[in-house]
Amino acid sequence: MHRVIKRRTGLASIDLPELWEYRELLGFLAWRDVAVRYKQTVIGVLWAVVRPFLTMVVFTVLFGKLAKLPSNGVPYAVLTFTAMLPWQFFSTAFSDAAGSIIGNGHMISKIYFPRLILPLSSIMVGLADFGVAVVFLFAIMAGYHFVPPARAVYAPLFFLLCLVFTIGLGLWFGALHVKYRDVRHLIPFLVQIGFYVSPVAYSSTLVPVKWRALYSLNPMAAVIDGFRWSLLGTDTLYVPGLIASSAVSVVLLASGLYYFKQTERVFADLI
Amino acid sequence: MQTMISARGVSKKYRLGGTELGYAVLRERIVEVIRGALRREKKPDTQEFWALDGVSFDVGEAEVVGLIGKNGAGKSTLLKIISRITEPEDGEIHLYGKVASLLEVGIGFHPELTGRENIFLNGAILGMTRAEIRRKFDAIVDFAEIPRFLDTPVKRYSSGMYVRLAFAVAAHLEPDILLVDEVLAVGDAQFQQKCLGKMRDIRAQGRTVIVVSHNMSTVANLCQRVIWLEDGKVKATGPAHEIVTRYLSQGLQNDFVWTPRHPVVSAFQYHAVSVVRGDTGEPSEGIAADVPIDVVFDFEIHGSFPPGRLELRLTDDLGEHLFTSTSADGLSNPNHEWRLGRQTLTCHIPAKLLMPGRYFISVTEPRGDYYQPRENVLSFNVTEQNSVAARDDRGGKIAPLLSWS
Repeated sequence: MHRVIKRRTGLASIDLPELWEYRELLGFLAWRDVAVRYKQTVIGVLWAVVRPFLTMVVFTVLFGKLAKLPSNGVPYAVLTFTAMLPWQFFSTAFSDAAGSIIGNGHMISKIYFPRLILPLSSIMVGLADFGVAVVFLFAIMAGYHFVPPARAVYAPLFFLLCLVFTIGLGLWFGALHVKYRDVRHLIPFLVQIGFYVSPVAYSSTLVPVKWRALYSLNPMAAVIDGFRWSLLGTDTLYVPGLIASSAVSVVLLASGLYYFKQTERVFADLI
Repeated sequence: MQTMISARGVSKKYRLGGTELGYAVLRERIVEVIRGALRREKKPDTQEFWALDGVSFDVGEAEVVGLIGKNGAGKSTLLKIISRITEPEDGEIHLYGKVASLLEVGIGFHPELTGRENIFLNGAILGMTRAEIRRKFDAIVDFAEIPRFLDTPVKRYSSGMYVRLAFAVAAHLEPDILLVDEVLAVGDAQFQQKCLGKMRDIRAQGRTVIVVSHNMSTVANLCQRVIWLEDGKVKATGPAHEIVTRYLSQGLQNDFVWTPRHPVVSAFQYHAVSVVRGDTGEPSEGIAADVPIDVVFDFEIHGSFPPGRLELRLTDDLGEHLFTSTSADGLSNPNHEWRLGRQTLTCHIPAKLLMPGRYFISVTEPRGDYYQPRENVLSFNVTEQNSVAARDDRGGKIAPLLSWS
């Protein structure tokens, strides 16, 4: 085995074999975050279900019962929970990934491992929560005797879009965070704004037509609409929006990877 | 002999001082840009500092090489480059084998997780596979002497147990090249002996080791060859005993002054932290037991900076934590406001408090939202001169003279 250490110049490449070699670390770090989160809590892993569930209850009462927003014939609880699924994944996985480099700064300055492992492990934690929540969604659907349409098989594709977007944004902000500590304060704010400009608590059909194109640049709008379209059979799919969102997400992922790889070599010097 | 590490002209540059911060606060960047556009203000000169400057050396198979030099000589930077934590600015290093670095034991240990869980986590971080950890698990537990506490969260461990467990995991790595930074200075005397024994085993197995240490007797005992760094350059290299003797004869084993060489990354900047005699204000090779000791913090606040404190932690030469004091000790709040500009604060350690022996001072660097530890940046000796504790052979960790009535 022979390795040369010198200053990297030019385009940084992603060392996939090495990333594969460290796959166990990825798993361990994700497992650590999950294990630590539920240590010394009374209900433990149930929190993964309780949080989206309580949000759903609040939304159902507030928007469904009091504000009487239209739900297109689907039980309002199912309507919101379907939207909560990808949103919850995005908001926690993105925030965690964006904080993952600084949060593990101690490790960065003391040992080498592919730095991509850190944001990716945050995403893995989000995936675990997402898995639990999906099971819960099916339970709610069963409770309401709601049968998803056949096109539910497309739902994973929308989740893939969500995943690409989340990783892309997470890499960007994770790397920016090392250089600009302002990012820490920016993230909760962005997530909050994102919540309002994504159709979580309402249906995107409420958005005026003239704003629709701009609105669709937010990939989470396409993701959430897609979830509702495939799992609930409501709404029609706004195809131009879907294409725009996919393009935005892919560009974010590619540029995020690039920026991350370019800046990771100074992580240890800046932390 | 086969070459395992070959370094040629390795250099590393850091930026220092001025307002050119390592990381920027977005607001400052924006203000800077606007100012520049409006007034065409000249950017303040940035000092560049070469932490390493054209370092070349070779290390052969089964060699144990010590890396010595004063604080800031570039030892840690070199180790960080070889272990790929940071990149060199110039030059290159060829490595012929699998590298494992131990810049610290217990990296990634989580206080909430049990000993068992941390062994797996830490092992994975150090580059072991799950199967490998499982295979060595019993040996690790055995080495750490903690079988009864395996399923206890490590936050309930004593510091000794914690360190033993952390070292035990590291000791079972099987790299071709091992890089070790000062981790030998942990645990009680008995455990240190065990660690040294393990290091000899590693050498006997034909692995290559680079050790950074301030403890010259360890270096002389353990290493065949020594590389002596000074101001980022190789000052001398040769047989361990010869170089250590030369090094010690320059009176360099005491670190009275710490002048940080890493980039300034916040509005807080240390210029120097030094340890001097409290009566004369002079640095001294050994300080008599009845002389007070002053630790002088020379620092600068460059701009608005959230309230905080300076911290000083005193440990003895076994790594035992004796006490911590902060610049907010006399105040009702744990933090205080900062005054703008360059200033000094002095921590007075009273006379007749410490036992004769060697002490290390660790400080922290306020970063606004957290404190960056700077471990063992200073060391000094308290001599037996005028020590009541030494006269009476009292023992114990400290030797205060209390009032009786």
